[in-house]
Amino acid sequence: MSLPPDHAGFEAAFHAGLWTREAPRGLDPQRFSAYRNTVQHGLVRALAARFPVVERLVGAPFFAAMGRVFAATHPPASAVLLDWGQDFAAFLARFPPVAGLPYLPDVARLEWLRGLACHAADAPMIDPAALTRADPARLVLGLAPSVQAFASPFPALAIWQANQPGATPAPLPGGPQHALIARDPGLAVVVEPLAPAQHATLTALLQGRPLASAATSDPTPVLALLIRHRLIATVGELP
Amino acid sequence: MIRSCLPARAGLGFKPQHYQDALDAPGALGFFEVHAENYMGAGGAPHAMLERLHRDHALSVHGVGLSIGGAGPLDPDHLARLETLLERHQPESFSEHLAWSSHGAAWLNDLLPLPYTDETLATVCAHVDQVQDRLGRRLLLENPATYVTFATSTWPEVEFLRAIARRTGCGLLLDVNNVFVSATNHGFDPLAYLEGFPLEAVGEIHLAGHEVDAQPGPPLLIDSHARPVADPVWDLFARVLARTGPLPTLIEWDNDVPDFATLRAEAARAETLLHEVRHVAAA
Repeated sequence: MSLPPDHAGFEAAFHAGLWTREAPRGLDPQRFSAYRNTVQHGLVRALAARFPVVERLVGAPFFAAMGRVFAATHPPASAVLLDWGQDFAAFLARFPPVAGLPYLPDVARLEWLRGLACHAADAPMIDPAALTRADPARLVLGLAPSVQAFASPFPALAIWQANQPGATPAPLPGGPQHALIARDPGLAVVVEPLAPAQHATLTALLQGRPLASAATSDPTPVLALLIRHRLIATVGELP
Repeated sequence: MIRSCLPARAGLGFKPQHYQDALDAPGALGFFEVHAENYMGAGGAPHAMLERLHRDHALSVHGVGLSIGGAGPLDPDHLARLETLLERHQPESFSEHLAWSSHGAAWLNDLLPLPYTDETLATVCAHVDQVQDRLGRRLLLENPATYVTFATSTWPEVEFLRAIARRTGCGLLLDVNNVFVSATNHGFDPLAYLEGFPLEAVGEIHLAGHEVDAQPGPPLLIDSHARPVADPVWDLFARVLARTGPLPTLIEWDNDVPDFATLRAEAARAETLLHEVRHVAAA
């Protein structure tokens, strides 16, 4: 027996062998396993690069096994691996072996949002003085594409921080936790804790709501963060 | 059609952790090479670093995502992303692989081998034509490192590459480590392979490290890009240069990446060999 002679048949048979224990007909199983290993290892390492704290929390051997399941069931849709992993948090929430770590999907979501912030489009930054020239009651802010709002019922932010290189062990706070995630002008990704009401304001601003209706409480702390990290791209006024 | 115009010097794969080292050493290296797909985000640090780096160094964009050796059509979205990237950074060279790396909607993140038949030759040539037409650039196509061969192949690899270059007008990227890895794995003479290789089409050379797979049985070399270039690969490189004269030469080290000084030492070794043939050519 040998591989199908036609190009499409060959490719389908070779591909099928990458995700089973069976090498395609006509190929040395040991040699073929080198491809199975490089494909699976390569995808797992790409996933680990995107979700390093998830890997640290479950340990590298467990992550490798789990990553192979994810890669087989949710393979990247394109060669742009920066775009791969959007479904990882939802996958973790349904993956029975990690059911005992209920905060894990939120840690994954935080890491995903950091990636979005890191690679989001560049945007021009307004002069903060423009804010003072507009009528506060009619102000509409356009935020930089890197700005993300994060919320978790768990202390996911503290867990993430405690698992950064060089972090010193500290008692974990309780949940929930909220944060603003964005890219600052130095191109570093920043993660700023928010109070729940501030998170609500940020979420409303991200939806394009005018500042006056976005803020259910004093908007100053959120505005201060947005100005400090230069995350306001446009300032408009309602007609 | 834009042709590759990298300087005939040693270059390095750019790693973000070496950004400051690279800036601090303008002129020390002939060029930097990056994987296209790592720069397909919309903005942020990767593009800023690349723009800054390109001010002092020639730039080579090396794609791993087109799946030129795939049976199906090229992904039009990926072609569009490449076009955007090349427009944005205007690199001195663009290269891709004789391999396939996706199947259906799934991207496999590896360079997989194909049988060399009349049918696959026609498909690969159509893909190369499409890429070159779309990008307005002459592509350099890289020879693969392989762990299996196919009973269905009717073309020797060297003749397959020569035919692609002749039919499409593309250039070739000669990865000398890949030649050594494949020769060891399949028991052929790497010198004979290089003897037949269409060196006149080569626009760039790659050198990388490999490792021996731990499996029992005949030796299997894996193209790991995680070690220094092996001595037999340096020897083959010198023999190629003796025939071609100096060519842009990349040290590829993508996994277990060492410090910048170690990479520069590898590049310096390549530069020494390039200098020797430059000297011979001038004499």
